[in-house]
Amino acid sequence: MSRAARYRLAVVAGAILLLELLCRIGVIDHLTMQPPSEMARDLFRILISGSMNAAMLKTLTNVTIAFVTSVVVGVGFGVLIHGRRAIRQGLEPLFATYYAIPVYAFYPLLIILFGLGDVPQIMIGFMLAVVAVIVNTLSGLDRVSRVLMKTARVYRLGPIATALKITLPSAAPYLLTGVKLAVAYAFIGVIGAEFIMSQTGLGYEISFAYNNFDNAIMYPLIVLIIVISTAVNMTFSHWEKVLMQRRGQR
Amino acid sequence: MPAAQVSLHEVTRVYPATAMGRTVHALGPVTLELRQGEFFAVVGPSGCGKSTLLDLIAGLAPASEGSVQFEGQPVAGQVPDGVGVVFQEDACFPWLTVSDNIAFGLRQIGTESTELQRRLRHALALMGLEDFAGAYPAQLSGGMRQRVCIARTLVLQPRLILLDEPFGALDQQTRLLMGDELLRLWRDTGATVMLITHALDEATMLADRIGVMSARPGRILDIVETGWPRERDSRIVADPAFGEVTGRLWQLLRGESLKALGKAAPAA
Repeated sequence: MSRAARYRLAVVAGAILLLELLCRIGVIDHLTMQPPSEMARDLFRILISGSMNAAMLKTLTNVTIAFVTSVVVGVGFGVLIHGRRAIRQGLEPLFATYYAIPVYAFYPLLIILFGLGDVPQIMIGFMLAVVAVIVNTLSGLDRVSRVLMKTARVYRLGPIATALKITLPSAAPYLLTGVKLAVAYAFIGVIGAEFIMSQTGLGYEISFAYNNFDNAIMYPLIVLIIVISTAVNMTFSHWEKVLMQRRGQR
Repeated sequence: MPAAQVSLHEVTRVYPATAMGRTVHALGPVTLELRQGEFFAVVGPSGCGKSTLLDLIAGLAPASEGSVQFEGQPVAGQVPDGVGVVFQEDACFPWLTVSDNIAFGLRQIGTESTELQRRLRHALALMGLEDFAGAYPAQLSGGMRQRVCIARTLVLQPRLILLDEPFGALDQQTRLLMGDELLRLWRDTGATVMLITHALDEATMLADRIGVMSARPGRILDIVETGWPRERDSRIVADPAFGEVTGRLWQLLRGESLKALGKAAPAA
């Protein structure tokens, strides 16, 4: 383990220990927060009992759908408009200001259109994630060297083969940046929407537990979400690192 | 006299005016024939359109006027079958291993697996890359990466190999040795080679004939025959005739290079 990784681990472990201490000596009272050790214990109980399996499955399925569609649509759209100057110049200012729009403002509208099911929640996750993927795809494609594009022509690759075999692999590290953001945004979008209004899912269960002062469910579920999204993010970061090392960067 | 493999007739290349500036007359008119199996070098002052000339022959850029033919067929829109190109810049695919880089073109044309392995092994051995088959380009030196690009071109057994300053980024000693390898490959494959270079000694050492280009818009000022035997290597630099040929090239180029600099000076 590198020195930086050890420091990182120490900071996280220290924060958890401090929280444990503050809860144990009563600085944070028990009605406000469980000590982290109890969160872990209750999370273990919840996972063993299987009481949250349906909620987890539903949320993770929706996050996955939002994530995959945003990556496919985002990369595809990026490839399509890259090199079309007029379209890009028209759209890029919109991408730049896109995240100034609170996407959740559209949630009521989406519920009116699609009903109180999975679709509006997935759409919120998709809408949050897709632009990050497009922007990073474009920035990756901009950095593909001209000589590689010439090489694609020497091998007489068509536009689709060029994208799949030359430009996208070449831009892969930048695409992964977009993909990592898409994971985070898909989680935020779906779980946030479940918080606001839904009938199932981890976000809904957390909000339900909150309304019932049920800390023994609320905190473990928060921990669960943090663990899952961090694990997914770390997996992609690891791939990114492998890719960069192969290319002699970092 | 051997048949012409490539023929250019009154070829020009004009870059159309953009919103930013005027039209640029980059090249020509050029009339030139490359003979089957010869080693032809092109030298010229910087910015004279040497690389443009290569792009036209490779089908990477269209001629504004005139005609380009490869083996009797007009070159239009795409790189003709049987033509390989090696660029000055590092064109290795950094996400593929040395083996996968070299096999890229073979996979592209759907070469059958045992034949692919056979040709891959041959190319690795030919370029001295056996020990690096599983390495990624980033682990190799610049000279080794350029070998990968040359191997990647050679496995496709091109009949015409176009080299755009392939050793431009390498140090002098590596260049001499790569020159020897290039001569050996040229003899072994029987392909026609056209080498673009700014180094007069490199052109003299390697080529049968050397096309000397004028300052932009580049035209062929003269073609110098070196008269070297087919069996030759870098030791030819010690031959008295080597200095004579190189001197003659410089005589032809000196005025043109000054012109190129003179034109560049006010803009700088």
